[in-house]
Amino acid sequence: MKKILILFSHPRFEKSRINRVLLEGIDQIEGVRIHDLYEEYPDFIINADREKEFLEGHQIIVWHFPFYTYSAPALLKQWMDIVLEYGWAHGSKGNALKDKIAFVTLTAGGTRESYAANQHNQFTVREFLRPFEQAANLCQMKYLPPFAVHGTHRLTPQQLAAYSDLYRRLLTKLAAGEFDIASICRCEYLNDWLSNKG
Amino acid sequence: MSSTFLLDALIFLAAAVIFVPLAKKMGLGSVLGYLIGGIVIGPFFLGFVGQEGKDIMHFAEFGVVMMLFLIGLELEPKTFWRMRKFVLGTGITQMGITTFLCFVALLLAGFSWQASLACGLALSMSSTAIVMQTLREKGLMKTESGKSSFAVLLFQDISVIPILALIPLLAASGAKAASSGHASFMEGLPGWAQTITLLVAVNSVVVVGHFIFVPFLRFIARIRLRELFTASALLIVIATAYLMMLVGLSPALGTFLAGVVLATSEFRHELESDIEPFKGVLLGLFFLTVGASINFTLIVENPLKVMALVGGVMIIKSFVLFATGKFFRLSFDQNMIFTVGLGQVGEFAFVLFAFINQLKIISTESSDIMMGATAITMTMTPLLLLMNERLILPHLGTKEAVGPKEADEISCESHVIIAGFGYFGSTIGRFLRANGFAATILDNDSDRVDLLRRMGFTVFYGDATRLDILKSAGADSARILIVAIDSPETNLDLVEKTRKAFPNLKIMVRAKNNLDAYNLLHTGIEDVYRESIDTSVRFGVDVLVKLGVRRFTATRAGQLFIKYDEASFRQLAQHRHDQEAYLVHIREQIALQEELLDNDRKACPNLHDFAWDMDVAMKKK
Repeated sequence: MKKILILFSHPRFEKSRINRVLLEGIDQIEGVRIHDLYEEYPDFIINADREKEFLEGHQIIVWHFPFYTYSAPALLKQWMDIVLEYGWAHGSKGNALKDKIAFVTLTAGGTRESYAANQHNQFTVREFLRPFEQAANLCQMKYLPPFAVHGTHRLTPQQLAAYSDLYRRLLTKLAAGEFDIASICRCEYLNDWLSNKG
Repeated sequence: MSSTFLLDALIFLAAAVIFVPLAKKMGLGSVLGYLIGGIVIGPFFLGFVGQEGKDIMHFAEFGVVMMLFLIGLELEPKTFWRMRKFVLGTGITQMGITTFLCFVALLLAGFSWQASLACGLALSMSSTAIVMQTLREKGLMKTESGKSSFAVLLFQDISVIPILALIPLLAASGAKAASSGHASFMEGLPGWAQTITLLVAVNSVVVVGHFIFVPFLRFIARIRLRELFTASALLIVIATAYLMMLVGLSPALGTFLAGVVLATSEFRHELESDIEPFKGVLLGLFFLTVGASINFTLIVENPLKVMALVGGVMIIKSFVLFATGKFFRLSFDQNMIFTVGLGQVGEFAFVLFAFINQLKIISTESSDIMMGATAITMTMTPLLLLMNERLILPHLGTKEAVGPKEADEISCESHVIIAGFGYFGSTIGRFLRANGFAATILDNDSDRVDLLRRMGFTVFYGDATRLDILKSAGADSARILIVAIDSPETNLDLVEKTRKAFPNLKIMVRAKNNLDAYNLLHTGIEDVYRESIDTSVRFGVDVLVKLGVRRFTATRAGQLFIKYDEASFRQLAQHRHDQEAYLVHIREQIALQEELLDNDRKACPNLHDFAWDMDVAMKKK
């Protein structure tokens, strides 16, 4: 049984169809907690003590955000700067997050194919996410491939529902501890891991 | 003050207090409660009131006059003018056809054509008192049926005047009215002069209303004595009614006009809540006397005649009303309410029958039967409406409640009331408006109210601590009440009252200083806003900048300070009741200040920003 903390960062959540369906009801899954950063810290004054406490109480940390200009919205960056503090999360005495699991959930307007060398976006999503990957490494966390939703502007209601279902299945499996990290890390996306397993 | 007056008052008030709550409990509505109470205390049951009931009824008819004043107050001239075609259309259709059919029926029953015409006109009237009271109680005034009923009633009330003028012409020559009760100035004038008098009287109400009533009320309002304002409101109503009687016009029409004129003034809501209780009591009294005046002996002696009259009149009226409603495109449900609601003969018929009898157009016996039938139809209306609501509409009508109700809920959802629209409240109001939320404003500064109205705000004028005014501003259904009055004592008073009266209303309140804020927190309110804190800190931030601190660092320090201060202030508030009471206000303030300063020294509000500052962070660990 693992506890999952979803650090959701979206400055315009009320306008996002996909994120509404992704988040809807997932805090009903046992062990899952949604932490809506823009709702909690509208003035960017992050209560680091509180955040550290949350992190300590969970084993899986999810950075969930829309992929704006190839990165996360500003508040999540601020969160990383303030909370992943030297001496607590990293540094010689910083072991607070050791062996926890971290991954990114992102929603992007561009298609999956457009994120590749010589394509429109030149680099892959995983390349763009390097700062998150290395931040996790720095904090001695295990970094999983991302869960990604592409082409968000053109999703049909059926596709929206399918992604919602997929995300729910993912979180349920992770919370139940039904996974093998090595096999997950062989996939490019967490989406692939789920569909490979059928 | 004679003892009979006290005894009468005792009987009537007791009947009201006993029967109205009973009727309400049984879901019958207050009008029926009054009527039943009247019947019970009347000469045929307990016999507590006898003949004097009639005199009291004449006095209580003034309740109808006040009601028309209130109706006028709710109707701005613009709305009134827009309604004119509708009022004329529905009114003429209903009155014309009803009168004609009653005329034919009475002719067939063997009355003379003069008597038939006079009685036909009287029977075509409906009861403004009963219909308006019932519709308002049921919350139907804003619906189509409410609007149509109102239009028809308005037309009838206005047409009483020409009818009173017409009836003497029907009298057999020689049988001149024995000065008909109201000896008026109009009588004995040639026709053209009467028309001019009428026009002059109506126009003078409008002119006097604008140029005398409003400045007069402003003057009274400045004296700030509430009872004086109430007295002035009553004076305006009574003076208008008297003036109208003097020139021989309907006092109801006069006060209605005065109401319309005052509807645009900033005193509208204040007047409304001042006159309302008087109107309520008098109307209740009126309904009681109607109940008491039903002559059961007459009914027992001529059961067929009375029943035929009641049945015949109500069928004719309902038929015409339904057709009128259909013609003016009312939906079935609305038309049923309209039809059943207006199906009775109204209070003006009492006046008209008495007048007709005086002119010897009909015999006293016929007149008594007509009046008896009128009272019965009035009693039956609330019952029939109830039957319509419970038995007919649920089966035959469409379920219209769903659509409009949902729309209502949405409008209530974002309904915000701001009490006090000084510089503090107005900033909140502007901010809300800039973000698409219109607030209802309560303020008691007449000049400001004037200005805001011109700017298109919904403003209620009056003392916000009066629950009736809060209620008319919609405190029952509002989501949030913003208390932003300048005086801390008033704010505290308002908070305590509204918490009791409207437990579901979210209250957010402005506090002048820390001490105020503590008092407010102690009433159990969470959302307390100290008015100076943000500005002082912003000021401090700019001082830091001028001293050479980088703007972001200073701004951030300011934000953190507000956060920290809020937390420390709430923490102190929790422990405050442990301490013994301070006798001197100012001492308590100093003590609080000391505690806060002491906290500051211990706390370090900028703690987490060291994460950005690696040198400090590394040293700290």
